[in-house]
Amino acid sequence: MTDATHERIEKTVKDNDVVLFMKGTPLFPQCGFSSRAIAILDRLGVAYDSVDVLQDMEVRQGIKTYSDWPTIPQLYVKGEFIGGSDIMMEMFEAGELETLMDEKQVAKAEAE
Amino acid sequence: MPMQAEDIETMIREAIPDAEVTITDLAGDGDHYAAHVVSESFRGQSRVNQHKAVYAALGGRMGGVLHALQLTTAVPTS
Repeated sequence: MTDATHERIEKTVKDNDVVLFMKGTPLFPQCGFSSRAIAILDRLGVAYDSVDVLQDMEVRQGIKTYSDWPTIPQLYVKGEFIGGSDIMMEMFEAGELETLMDEKQVAKAEAE
Repeated sequence: MPMQAEDIETMIREAIPDAEVTITDLAGDGDHYAAHVVSESFRGQSRVNQHKAVYAALGGRMGGVLHALQLTTAVPTS
């Protein structure tokens, strides 16, 4: 990974309270794991940003090195790597993800 | 080539000898698996680190040949 890619990923992770690196977009996820991650975030009702790694090969590879995690999606909350969709699901079912969002004082999504 | 369920189980057991490994073939196509791994060595570790230990056991195959492995980890309860 180039320094520029690392910096770009770090800025994305630091600048957004909740960010999901995923395949596709929240409206059109391109894999089942990304789709599951989005469903969880929507259920939690938190505001989040997403990065479509399919649009950027450098980020697609770089994010795996950045987190030392081999798969996508990857969830970051307030700069901290939380895990992939399996961990998100485990934490969601245990109520831990909601607690984490509360503790980190993450903003709720605006009602439409 | 996708991996066989037994190969996944063997690799995890070799790296984590006390691991109880349950592999489920999700789609019946030998390519979409769920793995549940229980080990005392996970105790006190974060979920991320528990998963990383399993990924390490799989020697870089996760995200490559194993693109669709659903993983859950736990410590023994009794």
